[in-house]
Amino acid sequence: MKFSLFSLLHQGLTGNQGWQPQWRDPAPKPAYDVIIVGAGGHGLATAYYLAKEHGIRNVAVLEKGWLGGGNTGRNTTIIRSNYLWEESEALYEHSVKLWETLSHELNYNVMHSPRGVMMLAHSVHDVQVTKRHIHANRLAGIDNEWLTPEQAKEFCPILNISRDIRYPILGAALQRRGGVARHDAVAWGYARGADRLGVDILQNCEVTAIRRDASGRVTGVETTRGPIAARKVGVVAAGHTSVVMGMAGIRMPLESFPLQALVSEPVKPVMPCVVMSNTIHAYMSQSDKGELVIGAGTDQYTSYSQTGGLHISQHTLDAICELFPMTRRLRMLRNWGGIVDVTPDRSPIIGRTPVPGLYVNCGWGTGGFKATPGSGHVFAATIARDEPHPIAAPFTLERFTTGRLIDEAAAAAVAH
Amino acid sequence: MLLIRCPYCGMDRPEIEFRHAGAAHIIRPGPPDRVTDEEWAAFLYLRDNPKGRVAERWRHVHGCGRFFNAVRDTVTDVFVATYKAGEPRPPESAPGASEPTEARP
Repeated sequence: MKFSLFSLLHQGLTGNQGWQPQWRDPAPKPAYDVIIVGAGGHGLATAYYLAKEHGIRNVAVLEKGWLGGGNTGRNTTIIRSNYLWEESEALYEHSVKLWETLSHELNYNVMHSPRGVMMLAHSVHDVQVTKRHIHANRLAGIDNEWLTPEQAKEFCPILNISRDIRYPILGAALQRRGGVARHDAVAWGYARGADRLGVDILQNCEVTAIRRDASGRVTGVETTRGPIAARKVGVVAAGHTSVVMGMAGIRMPLESFPLQALVSEPVKPVMPCVVMSNTIHAYMSQSDKGELVIGAGTDQYTSYSQTGGLHISQHTLDAICELFPMTRRLRMLRNWGGIVDVTPDRSPIIGRTPVPGLYVNCGWGTGGFKATPGSGHVFAATIARDEPHPIAAPFTLERFTTGRLIDEAAAAAVAH
Repeated sequence: MLLIRCPYCGMDRPEIEFRHAGAAHIIRPGPPDRVTDEEWAAFLYLRDNPKGRVAERWRHVHGCGRFFNAVRDTVTDVFVATYKAGEPRPPESAPGASEPTEARP
């Protein structure tokens, strides 16, 4: 069923009885051309673009839980492309451009809202680094501009720009094309789009082993719903990538950390943009429901527990209360954690692996949501052609051996 | 917040006194002029990142200041054992290394 004003009116007038499930719940086939492990946004986008752009429709997406139930449903939905290095700029800008037309592409409202992402500078060092980012971005054709504290407050009126707070705001970088989108809708939109093109989405289907032939090549996977054969397997398992890749005997340059977020009770619209502060580890935006969505830094220890220490949230709220004094009397409704896979250089890994037929897309760390369309797009091309997409080419696994790291850790601090 | 037993101070102290310092028992390869790129990459970057028990380093930065090692379950975040730097990883069956009776969700 295509969504349109007409279908909405028709359903409204007939009691909303005619809506159909948006994707099938098929039984696993014995074999597929390509298996994608992980039905989060990145995995579903990969399957969608494999079917849409490369004509590979005999694809299964395996998910141990339910689709979009991992980090796709747990992030703070920020979209931007103001990264420092050319490799990252190309990758994230590719994604931002896909976001701009994604609702039309999928015929599904992902509620993309380019409301502007403002990143605060609190010290002389911050100001210098931020301006360096702005100049680098503008050279790459990516919009980013410097705001004085007064201009920042004009753009986001609830900001506290007094000079006598612990970390006064000395200025900000604003990417107007940055913004937010509805995270669940992204997963659902890609799932629906992929399903219509013939992709099987198999939920409650955990991969337990990766099968290989005598030459070492991948021949399929074993799952909790039985063995499934495929010549190509793409692992898009976020925090569990090390576990899945371990089934093929590959150690990854990854560590999994809890990353927490929290939301307030819903209030009337008070915040027209996204504000981030890497220096004091806090970022905030307002959802369309009215909740203030707040993100923190990672916990310090590795974990798969999808929970973290309350002191991390408290540290973030200290910063939020100082930056936005009007939030001090807000109640927080809920907090949660996701497990993020972090690489040593804080840049993702997209590409082939030492095992023929096995591909990996991981290491998005604390900032993968914004990359969902671009990540799926370049990873699909990499799997289909068995060679890296030009934009993905620098993000190989080999860079940790050759030393050609893409060091966004120094460039982007902890927050994405 | 985790409660961590410092093996030097002999006390259970809150996590904010400690700094996590990465995986434990990683041995630097050598001599440097004979180490291959692959060996350096494995030493510097590749990690087991296990779902289950991990041996890791901690430092009691706001206490005695010393590094020590711990075995922790990364699914429950329960500490199985902490032990002094230089000591071997306790065997899975060692006293104090028993399964925690109640896992934190």
